[in-house]
Amino acid sequence: MAKVTIDGIQIDVPDGTTILNAARMIGPDVAPPTMCYYSKLKTSGGYCRTCLVEVTAGSEKDPRPMPKLVASCRTTVMDGMVVANNTSAKVKDARAGVVEFLLLNHPLDCPVCDQAGECHLQDLSYDHGNYKTRTDFERRTFEKIDIGEKIQLHMTRCILCYRCVKTAEQITDGRVHGVINRGDHAEISTYIEQAIDNDFSGNVIDVCPVGALTDKTFRFKSRVWFTKPVDAHRNCENEKCSGKVVLWYQGEEVLRVTGRKDQWGEVEEFICNTCRFDKKQTSDWTIEGPRKINRHSVISANHYMNMVKPKEFKLNEIKQITE
Amino acid sequence: MARKILLEHIDVPGINTYDVYRSKGGYASVEKALKTMNPQDVVEEVKKSGLRGRGGAGFPTGMKWSFLAKPEGVPSYLVCNADESEPGTFKDRYLMEYLPHLLIEGMITSSYALGANTSYIYIRGEYFYLVRILEKAISEAYANGWLGKNILGTNYSLDLYVHPGAGAYICGEETALLESLEGKRGNPRIKPPFPAIAGLYGCPTVVNNVETIAAVVPIINMTGDEYAKIGIGRSAGTKLISASGHIKKPGVYEIEMGITVEDFIYSDEYCGGILNDKKLKAVVAGGSSVPILPADLILTTANGEKRLMSYESLADGGFATGTMLGSGGFIVMDESTSIVQNLHTFARFYHHESCGQCSPCREGTGWMEKIIHKILDGHGTLEDIDLLWDIQRKIEGNTICPLGDAAAWPVASAIRHFRHEFEEFVKNPSAQREVKYYFHCNNIDTAAAYSSI
Ligand SMILES: Cc1cc2nc3c(=O)[nH]c(=O)nc-3n(C[C@H](O)[C@H](O)[C@H](O)COP(=O)(O)O)c2cc1C
Ligand code: SF4
Ligand code: SF4
Ligand code: FES
Repeated sequence: MAKVTIDGIQIDVPDGTTILNAARMIGPDVAPPTMCYYSKLKTSGGYCRTCLVEVTAGSEKDPRPMPKLVASCRTTVMDGMVVANNTSAKVKDARAGVVEFLLLNHPLDCPVCDQAGECHLQDLSYDHGNYKTRTDFERRTFEKIDIGEKIQLHMTRCILCYRCVKTAEQITDGRVHGVINRGDHAEISTYIEQAIDNDFSGNVIDVCPVGALTDKTFRFKSRVWFTKPVDAHRNCENEKCSGKVVLWYQGEEVLRVTGRKDQWGEVEEFICNTCRFDKKQTSDWTIEGPRKINRHSVISANHYMNMVKPKEFKLNEIKQITE
Repeated sequence: MARKILLEHIDVPGINTYDVYRSKGGYASVEKALKTMNPQDVVEEVKKSGLRGRGGAGFPTGMKWSFLAKPEGVPSYLVCNADESEPGTFKDRYLMEYLPHLLIEGMITSSYALGANTSYIYIRGEYFYLVRILEKAISEAYANGWLGKNILGTNYSLDLYVHPGAGAYICGEETALLESLEGKRGNPRIKPPFPAIAGLYGCPTVVNNVETIAAVVPIINMTGDEYAKIGIGRSAGTKLISASGHIKKPGVYEIEMGITVEDFIYSDEYCGGILNDKKLKAVVAGGSSVPILPADLILTTANGEKRLMSYESLADGGFATGTMLGSGGFIVMDESTSIVQNLHTFARFYHHESCGQCSPCREGTGWMEKIIHKILDGHGTLEDIDLLWDIQRKIEGNTICPLGDAAAWPVASAIRHFRHEFEEFVKNPSAQREVKYYFHCNNIDTAAAYSSI
């Protein structure tokens, strides 16, 4: 076990835990924002730099501060480590910088983007960005590309978080999805628009934090906050598929099917393309009940039922350490 | 008198061939190491010599070697970084072109020290003609029993391969190099783990620059203690400097560390003074990444001492008034040079070469280039200069690999020392644009052009 202090709160975590996960165990107020780390994907994280934190004491044995800010998602804790996240002016400054970089070439056309309302970049800029842009250069644009019949890629919105690449690498077979070109010309590619055709490819839609990868069966059917999310499951024939999903209803119609996302916006279990794209009848599913949506989310704004009483808002398991 | 160690026999005709190289005492270090020393002794000698990495960071080589993990049953690798792409640096090319056997000899001795039975020279793609030179030299070494199975009848075996890159600067960063060598996209890895623990194919690996590996040869021949006496303080030995820009005699020079910068620029033995006897304006002392310094600060440190060609002296004063020895790419600029224009060239390079993995470098390098271009084009504002400063500040230290820093430092130092030139471009756009931009592109002497209009 290692004892770490993050923003003044102490917690004991197993050895090998990352700073990010230790902070998540304390709770959402302390956890750094993430745009590329994904708990379900190996080797994810390290790219976006939004989760940078300041280590003011390296460990019990060597209490020197680390010279640079570190990516909390890729740095493991040491016993006696002291970390500053929200309490560090350096971190705030660097994070605002990262948000500015991520938005530099982003079209900011949220009103016409399908991801609006469930976009992590929107949340991130709202929480950590400036409200004024300092650039008037033309932004980088790309043509839209269809990845098979069901998925659309619009690179213009991509923040190159590599999540879809890791998904393609780790949970679909026969990888044909990667990054070509370099620097700010880099783009996600399925080797010259070859369709990725396998059972789990649809998950790239769920992992994409922005509106770069979207579900063509859902595109522009409805704003997400006008839909009603309902938890449901079915006995999926595909062994690797959990069959646990969220159905997004408008009236009686299932507009789309997605995996279930946890508190951090990361899917709990991946689902197969059959569940996602082909099972759009209520009769296909066993309904569990309305999905709880964080009351801070815009999706809950127009909700048919007030799901979350403010008091039920629960921190992750905290082990309080009494001095 | 200049002390030549690496380039001792550079003027001997045919030194690039095996027979001549051998007749001048070539491969003696391999004989000495394999026959009279065990690997640990070789590492010790390199430690004693005080040799520091010549690839840019100046990390003590002996220490790096001793960090190499040695788990049972797992191979370890030595990889030579011959990706030399830092603008202003061309010393490795010189070494490989004229003394290919020196590098191969160094590779054998170093591989023996590290217990590596397979080693690679990862060479910059544009150096394709050197691939042929090296491969010819390697086949000569095989033919004469210096490579292959049971070298010199000992039970040490080594295979050596040359692997050309595909022309990306980022593949010079050691972990990107390893990715590329493995056949993947050359993206830097997130460290830790460091290559000494998990490098090539996940095995313990040492990555060293060409010049570092070549320097192992004289160290073993003359002993580490003797080598440590050359140079000054913690800057032991000699260093190859690639001198370019407005000097009378550009080229690759081997210097003993500790000579003064003034000597290096003005003495006939080295650069021979400024071209057309103009005034010195600024120097980039260690390749495009290191901070640029104005004439007064490159010749003397902030506290008035003469600046020396050594790791410590060049870094004296930190980034406020100092710079770095870096890879030894010494770029001299005379009074007619536009700092902003030069910076634009550098910024364009880093923008082009960013791998795009992390957001500050991917987006920031392009943004900086655009702003500098805007200023150069006469459309800049004074706020743009501050913005530029703020962008570089937000890149530096916040990226995965040091390319982000390398892109930020030239911008920071140009503004720090030459802010007035940026302001000139803003305040007097048309004159600046016509003269500097046009004449530069056409290689016309700007100062003369100024006086004629
Ligand atoms: C962007 C970048 C480019 C680099 N290019 C080179 C190069 O071309 N040659 C080189 O020897 N080292 C280069 N380096 C440094 C290497 O990462 C590494 O530090 C070096 O090869 C270690 O060798 P040394 O200890 O012998 O200097 C580069 C580093 C960075 C960050
Ligand atoms: S398409 Fe989406 S998931 Fe893939 S790299 Fe871009 S932003 Fe990330
Ligand atoms: S700093 Fe630049 S070159 Fe290095 S990993 Fe990040 S994007 Fe790639
Ligand atoms: S979440 Fe840690 S760098 Fe992106």
